Amino acid sequence: MIRTHVLICGGTGCTSSNSLKIQEAMNAELIARGLENEVKVVLTGCFGLCALGPVMIVYPEGTFYSCVKPEDVPEIVEEHFLKGRPVERLVYHEAKDEDIHHATSLSETAFYKKQKRVALRNCGVIDPENIDEYIAMDGYQALGKVLTEMTPNDVIQTILDSGLRGRGGGGFPTGLKWKFASNNRGQVKKYVACNADEGDPGAFMDRSILEGDPHAVIEAMAIAAYAIGADEGFIYVRAEYPIAVHRLEVAIKQAREYGLLGKNIFGTDFNFDIDLRFGAGAFVCGEETALMTSIEGNRGEPRPRPPFPAVKGLFGQPTVLNNVETYANIPQIILKGVDWFTSMGTEKSKGTKVFALGGKITNTGLVEVPMGTTLREVVEEIGGGIPNGKKFKAAQTGGPSGGCIPADLIDTPIDYDNLIAIGSMMGSGGLIVMDEDTCMVDLARFFLDFTVDESCGKCTPCRVGTKRLLEILDKIIAGNGEMEDLDRLEELSNYIKSASLCGLGQTAPNPVLSTLRYFRDEYIAHIVDKKCPAGVCKSLLQYKIDPDKCKGCTLCARKCPVNAISGTVKQPHVIDTSKCIKCGACMDSCKFKAIYKE
Amino acid sequence: MKSLAELAAIREKMQNKVNIREGANSTRVVVGMATCGIAAGARPVLNAFVEEISKAGLNEKVTVTQTGCIGICQYEPVVEIFEEGKDKVTYVKLTAEKAAEIVEKHLKGGKVVDEYTIGSVQ
Repeated sequence: MIRTHVLICGGTGCTSSNSLKIQEAMNAELIARGLENEVKVVLTGCFGLCALGPVMIVYPEGTFYSCVKPEDVPEIVEEHFLKGRPVERLVYHEAKDEDIHHATSLSETAFYKKQKRVALRNCGVIDPENIDEYIAMDGYQALGKVLTEMTPNDVIQTILDSGLRGRGGGGFPTGLKWKFASNNRGQVKKYVACNADEGDPGAFMDRSILEGDPHAVIEAMAIAAYAIGADEGFIYVRAEYPIAVHRLEVAIKQAREYGLLGKNIFGTDFNFDIDLRFGAGAFVCGEETALMTSIEGNRGEPRPRPPFPAVKGLFGQPTVLNNVETYANIPQIILKGVDWFTSMGTEKSKGTKVFALGGKITNTGLVEVPMGTTLREVVEEIGGGIPNGKKFKAAQTGGPSGGCIPADLIDTPIDYDNLIAIGSMMGSGGLIVMDEDTCMVDLARFFLDFTVDESCGKCTPCRVGTKRLLEILDKIIAGNGEMEDLDRLEELSNYIKSASLCGLGQTAPNPVLSTLRYFRDEYIAHIVDKKCPAGVCKSLLQYKIDPDKCKGCTLCARKCPVNAISGTVKQPHVIDTSKCIKCGACMDSCKFKAIYKE
Repeated sequence: MKSLAELAAIREKMQNKVNIREGANSTRVVVGMATCGIAAGARPVLNAFVEEISKAGLNEKVTVTQTGCIGICQYEPVVEIFEEGKDKVTYVKLTAEKAAEIVEKHLKGGKVVDEYTIGSVQ
């Protein structure tokens, strides 16, 4: 008889820090101790607190263990499962809040307290490879309700009323998309597709949903198919998401076995099935027309819109294409109702949004908050602030298509319209936090370098324009910039925005424009003073030794790979800047903090 | 899947198995599982509680957990039952049979089994 459940995170983060070995060790240890019939080990999706992985949670107590190593397993089994004493040293202690010693209830911790898990509700709770566990959490109830109690128009009206907007970036109302695609129901072949081609650097929301709760997406696609009158669906997922792909394959197989995909679902005349299509990692394939071209078997290139996919999509037929997170919300809206969903969020952005927190932040991981939560709450409370006592400088939302939010706008409530107003965008939900050590010119260059690589080359503004932008940035970073370059950057950015064929090009200049808007002084410092204030751009900085602090220990001279440091023992040393390659090895090795860069 | 009833049946069957993950319920049965408890036979008692509670359909109300040494090793196996708004009840020198009786009378029937409580042996 099972009395204890051990939920081990099997998301990408924890898997890469060995959670599968922990699962193995746990199973072996339980058998060795004769507890295999009392303690059940479940591999789940992402818990969200990736920074502290591998994580596991033990129920019914709800003990949360973090940073677990395979060697810790025998102790956990003996002490906790056999003798009932949680292993204190592994229990997650909140770094800052001393009142809560043990997070016996996860929902009490600062990381989870302000979160509201809708799209992520089953991640870290159920075994994603067991359809029965999904059903236990009311899974496929929404599909049952839709097929037996609602007309397709009822479904569309519900989604319209909920105010749900696309979570993939643009924020287009989902219900409207479905409505456009619902014309001529039953008379023409239609498709439902899921955009799981998450490509922003630092974003892993969709990946985690697919890994933790694949059935939610399958159920929602079936609901969408019923609403618009489609009978075939495709999930376009990145091939480099092997865990997500595997779990989707398992989930589709199980759903077929249960007759939740296939013919005459729930005894009605509704038929629907799903196939997977794998993306090869081209960023442009996250753009809807390029994605559909790729599903059709062609090179992933966008085409002009209109016609929009709802009119002419896959194989020229009407198609609904939604993002993974958008779908993950649908079954909940059907089951819990419009009022429940609209009770969360702001006037024009309802519900919640999942963010992948990354960069200079303590709790790197996955968070889901109601729309309208301020950036400050996300960064300081949920994210646990910036490590090493550094100051918050800016946050980048929307990845290479988005922009940065500077420190003085940290109290902006996050929703679609507010982010657009301040020159950024929601994007798919990557949220990269930057501290004072980040150079904003370098940041813009990083994202632009990415889009230059990822531009498909079909239209000139994007192919050539982004390359020219990058060249101007390189010039500034190298210390050869002139003030006119700033005007050139702006002018060219605006051309690219207005003339590019698809979303990739139209949004590619955003990182440049938003850093120019909020951090123009940093650009000027690079151009006029030939200095990088954050000390990042190598061409503009020099390593120097403070003669008052240098004790002449010779350590730096011995560490220097190019013999650029000279001096005699017990005398202050000097760096020959003409030889120096600015690797920073001397600064790291100095025990007296005598080396600085400027 | 041919009907909603079929889905409901799976859901019912499985909910019993996963509701343990919703965390502790208002009523907790805490079994002393330190060395003293295990030596005195706490393991079969713990298993009996888990099994009988499930059989009685009380999974959604009662959580069975373990604890370390309570300090009265001579009375092990010791089990304490915490119910909201009531004083805790400490049962001592339990066996699997007595555990079944406690589930039936105390947890299901609401009546404390006096002869097994610590008061009866002191």
